[in-house]
Amino acid sequence: MRWIRWSARQPGSFSLLTAALLAFAVAAPVEAQETTPAMVAAAAKEGKVVWYSSIDVKVAELIAKAFRAEYPNIQIEVERSGSERVFQRINQEYQSGIKNVDVVNSSDASHFIFWKQQKWLAPHTPPDVQRYPAQFKDPEGYYAAWRATLSVMGYNTNLVAAKDAPTSYVDLLDPKWKGKLVKSHPGYSGTALTGTYAIVKVLGWDYLEKLSKQGVQQLQSTTATPKSIASGERAVMVDGNEYNMFIEIDAKSPVAIIYPKEGTPFVTSPTAIFADAPHPNAARVLQNFLYTQKIQQLAVNEGGTRSLHPDVKDPPGRTPLAQIKILPDDPATMLPQVADIKKRYTALFGN
Amino acid sequence: MAARAGEAALASPMATRARFIDWTAPFAIGLVLLLAALVLLPMFRLLMTSLTGDGGRLSLEHYRQLFVDPALLKPLLTTLWTSAAVGILCLLAAAPMAWLVSRTDLPAKRLLRALILASFVTPPFLGAFAWVLLGGPNAGLINQWYYSLLGLKPFEASPLINIFSAGGMVFVMALYTFPYVFTFVANSLDVIPSELEEASAILGAPAWRTALDITLPLVVPALLAGFLIAFLQSMTLFGTPAILALPAGIDTMTTKIWSLFQFPPQLGLAAAVSLPLLLITVALLRAQSAIMGRRGYSVIGGKSTGTRLIRLGAWTVPALALFVFVLGCSIVLPYGVLVRTAFVKNWSGPVAGNLSLEHWRFVFFEFSQTKLAFYNTFILGIAAATAGTILVTTVGYLSLRKLVWGHRCLGFLATAPVAIPGIVLAVGLFLSYTQPPFVLYGTLSIIFLAYMTKELPVGYQQIAASLKAVHPELEDASRIFGATRLRALFDITGPLIRNGVIATWIFIFIGSIRELSATILLFTARTKTISVTMFDLRESNDWGPIAVLSITMLLITFAMILLINHFTDRRST
Repeated sequence: MRWIRWSARQPGSFSLLTAALLAFAVAAPVEAQETTPAMVAAAAKEGKVVWYSSIDVKVAELIAKAFRAEYPNIQIEVERSGSERVFQRINQEYQSGIKNVDVVNSSDASHFIFWKQQKWLAPHTPPDVQRYPAQFKDPEGYYAAWRATLSVMGYNTNLVAAKDAPTSYVDLLDPKWKGKLVKSHPGYSGTALTGTYAIVKVLGWDYLEKLSKQGVQQLQSTTATPKSIASGERAVMVDGNEYNMFIEIDAKSPVAIIYPKEGTPFVTSPTAIFADAPHPNAARVLQNFLYTQKIQQLAVNEGGTRSLHPDVKDPPGRTPLAQIKILPDDPATMLPQVADIKKRYTALFGN
Repeated sequence: MAARAGEAALASPMATRARFIDWTAPFAIGLVLLLAALVLLPMFRLLMTSLTGDGGRLSLEHYRQLFVDPALLKPLLTTLWTSAAVGILCLLAAAPMAWLVSRTDLPAKRLLRALILASFVTPPFLGAFAWVLLGGPNAGLINQWYYSLLGLKPFEASPLINIFSAGGMVFVMALYTFPYVFTFVANSLDVIPSELEEASAILGAPAWRTALDITLPLVVPALLAGFLIAFLQSMTLFGTPAILALPAGIDTMTTKIWSLFQFPPQLGLAAAVSLPLLLITVALLRAQSAIMGRRGYSVIGGKSTGTRLIRLGAWTVPALALFVFVLGCSIVLPYGVLVRTAFVKNWSGPVAGNLSLEHWRFVFFEFSQTKLAFYNTFILGIAAATAGTILVTTVGYLSLRKLVWGHRCLGFLATAPVAIPGIVLAVGLFLSYTQPPFVLYGTLSIIFLAYMTKELPVGYQQIAASLKAVHPELEDASRIFGATRLRALFDITGPLIRNGVIATWIFIFIGSIRELSATILLFTARTKTISVTMFDLRESNDWGPIAVLSITMLLITFAMILLINHFTDRRST
């Protein structure tokens, strides 16, 4: 039951600092593994690293590009899909004896609990992670939250005036939104799953049942819904990545973020190394690289994510986390309910 | 007649066996076993798995669930009615088109036929991608034009087209299926002599009356056969329903099978859902061959003396309008929107100030999947085309020259996969090759097997046409002068069918590089192809990169078709 400590359980808005101080007193520090020249040389010998990730494909390739610039002798291959799809692919591959993945990133934090239970992960603590708040890392050093985002609502500013925009989940049940909503799928996206679980805890399945009668367009990824409202295909997004919304806003797309009154689901996305990684040294080099301040800041600036690195700052113009009412994720409690959530959701909204 | 008898004597294995050991027969048996393993093993595993309940016991539980669970029954019904609708839509469009091309003085026939060929070779899922960009209810370009024409904003009126619907899916499926019906009807019209129609015209019947009373009944078999093929094609598509129907919450059989395959896969159920698809296909193909087996009523007319074309006069305009509409919707608009999307930043925005090469840069210089996907796609295409061509050429030679006992069996096995929908074949292959002794899942081999098996019938038909054009007398002559069968094959038949063999290779290659419905169940991260990479990009709405990959794929396909033309033209001179 030790992993429960890892999950963020504070209701409402929380202070990273208090949580960090609290956890520091309890958790024994795990020894970090620095990137040594020997490790880099061994990684170069392995030749490449395979990174399965659920982050938006363009952000993933941005990180990959930075990695290539830093380590030109290690090829990096990105396999991007939705978190739930990544999970299915890895499990299918492992069941068939295929060892392809080195490092994995998923926005469904319960996956890491499962993989750790299966003993599929290798413990490894990047140096920077030592300074991460304890609630965002596994005490035994198997994984840590590489990034975080919020599953926000949003709307197209050409199609909806700011004064008419919904401000809460319950607002979306208004008949005037019928046929105008778009939503991503918890069977595909870890962010959507984490968000759905958080919404159910606050509003119940009853709410989702009513929402399903609103003619919601069902997309798969939480990276897809912000693109849909940016193109004007739908007016209001029920859930989508806050980071994709930041990217759209930076690109001057006509969209605006809504942090719903009931609270906004907070979604952490850990990364971990697989014990049977075909490129174990390259995997460690990448894992260390991902948590450095430089890459964390890059992901925040260019990719719009939230970072849990203590030295990383949000660019101006983004609402600070502390001002947002948060619905924290709770992967340990969610894990046994995942199949049921997906099933009930699919019965309401389709595949 | 004498030559025929001689041919029979020489071709009989008995005659050769009298002199030296003939390896033809054991070789043929080996081939039968190989084909049986390719085709029958996956189907056998499919059947067994569908009949295996919990705990490994024989059970009809999965079938019971199929007919009781509305989540499974509804997709079956959706598939049936949408496929029938596609068939009818195709008839309504393609039958008049075929008649116009074959019997009237319609202008620009060469161009129109070329465009119909283009929609024939356009991968249907590319068409579906393009139609999302054209017919998305609010951002789709056609609806944007419609709204600006009305002076309204999206959502202030209902859209002109909602492509995310069962109707939208039927429409887009029909756009890329009608060429099958067109080809059937046009070929049938070409062989039906036009004397009867001319007699009717001479007796004073107006053209429309002749068309309805004389021509139509003559092509009924072709119409029925065309309808069945269109039905089959639509029933087995995966990409189009996944792209257009799933966002509207509508499942078809193929998307259902795919979702049953998501981990943890429900293999028994997936197998049970696959079997009706297989049975329907077999039944429809039997019906089709029964209908075509009657060969219409063409024998009545004797040899045709050339058709006198009906003058359309003022009717040219509506006739051309039909072509403009169908080909505009299947080729001009989709290709246009893909090119536009590939070169603008934001696909739904105006072109001005929006031009950009960023999607091309992303796909070819940043996206780390591109290299792997192209590599896999080409390796698979080349391997399937090469192995497939060797296989069908050998099988075709042995079975058409009736060289071995059981030659029918060879021909049957080589054409049997035509009755296996791609996704059903994939279920069978997955079941056969994920457990010992044959663990091929996760390698390119399992996808290679899928492609080769799926393309066997196409390759066989193609090579059979070439072989039938070379009379066995030529080989017999060389055998009489003492050449062995192999020598005769290499020196005489080989060069004569060379271009046919090359065309077969290219056909299989084109079919393989666009494959989606089987690959979607069989790929892993290491073995992704271009088509599944595009499908992944769709799930995150990355339309720019999808458009770039689509255009690349179309360019490769058209280059290949030019090559086919090059080789088949040379054959005729």
